Amino acid sequence: MVAVRIIPCLDVRAGRVVKGVKFRDHVDMGDIIERARAYRDQGADELVFYDITASPEQRSVDVEWVERVAAEIDIPFAVAGGIRDVERARAVLHAGADKISVNSPALKRPQLVRELADTFGSQCVVIGIDSIRDRNGYRLRANTGDPGNMIDPDLDTRAWVEQVQQLGAGEIVLNCMDADGVRTGYDIEQLAEMRAICDVPLIASGGAGRREHFLEVFEQADVDGALAATVFHSGQIAIPALKDWLRANGVETRVQAGSTQVVQ
Amino acid sequence: MTIAVINSGGANLGSVVQALNRLGAESVLTRDADVIRQASRVILPGVGAAAWSMNALREHGLVDVIRGLAQPVLGICLGLQLLFESSEEGDTPCLGLIPGRVTRLPEAPGLRLPHMGWNQLKWTTDDPLARGLAGDEWFYFVHSYAAPAEGAVATSEHGREFAAVVRRDNFAACQFHPEKSASAGQTLLRNFLSP
Repeated sequence: MVAVRIIPCLDVRAGRVVKGVKFRDHVDMGDIIERARAYRDQGADELVFYDITASPEQRSVDVEWVERVAAEIDIPFAVAGGIRDVERARAVLHAGADKISVNSPALKRPQLVRELADTFGSQCVVIGIDSIRDRNGYRLRANTGDPGNMIDPDLDTRAWVEQVQQLGAGEIVLNCMDADGVRTGYDIEQLAEMRAICDVPLIASGGAGRREHFLEVFEQADVDGALAATVFHSGQIAIPALKDWLRANGVETRVQAGSTQVVQ
Repeated sequence: MTIAVINSGGANLGSVVQALNRLGAESVLTRDADVIRQASRVILPGVGAAAWSMNALREHGLVDVIRGLAQPVLGICLGLQLLFESSEEGDTPCLGLIPGRVTRLPEAPGLRLPHMGWNQLKWTTDDPLARGLAGDEWFYFVHSYAAPAEGAVATSEHGREFAAVVRRDNFAACQFHPEKSASAGQTLLRNFLSP
């Protein structure tokens, strides 16, 4: 049986890993390669790198650090940030990324999802969705990397989850913005609702604070992976211990030879 | 030793070259028939669709070149599927080096496609590629189509049992990505390179 994936997310700005709270106030968390290598050694199943300044600044991700990561790291990784056409996607994939993750540019031009899936295959195409609660349900936000430029595309999250699958998305990362960075748990209710209409792998994002939150999201929302940043960067949750504990509680996780010996 | 990595035009072929670099092995990404014939090892990676990739191999005159190779060959992912007779994906004939047809994994409630993530293998026979592996390692898979489990060296399961590692003479292949499978994948690649 396929194991659930534990996915540290590294927000990248100017070649460094940073982390903010509710998308603001970013603090330096260290060198990209150092961080990536440490997570690989601890048994992370995959990595996601978000170039958080790329989309709001109207530029695309810089491929130089993608090449450095690819040369060093032997687990899959996705790259997000300002990928808005097939050519930029090609550059990032050729630099060694396994997947590209697209958020704001797909909202601006949904056909991009189809172009990417047709050119590279659905397995390379991850759609990142930033979703926020409102009175009537869940709605999208775009350009969330830059609060000053954040826009409301006036779209219902459910409708978008369905549309991107029809367009060929191979995976969806649902970031529940109300929960992001505040460590009070994943938004189980929202994730379970989207799970019910999502046939491709679904990754939970936003809100992890304790190991129980991971167990909850796998048991109650049936997601394929859980993404987190703060709890891993700070060392508050050690990945080997988390995976051992999940396994002891009946959630299948991958054991990496030697990874349980790693001391954070 | 020179390792030829066949450039079948897929998106992340560089990953295989980088994995070989990490093992200290010299490799070249190529579609030159002579380079491929003279290499001591050949890797047939593959990302993309079967029909599209077979067309690319045909266009570059590589179909018979690959069929005629006598040195150790390792297919990866789509590279495994291409060794079979045909694929349902784009309904295309393939290289025909191993009997059987590649078909789509089943759709079922709670079963996500693509089969994307880490899964374990069931080794059915001893194979040089498994040297140093305990047997319970996890490997990284990304695919929606798969080859029949019958006759496979190792199988895995996602909706149905399918071929995870196959071998016929000098041709071996794995459905997962050893270049992305951390230490376990490294062991398997090292086994492929070792004399």
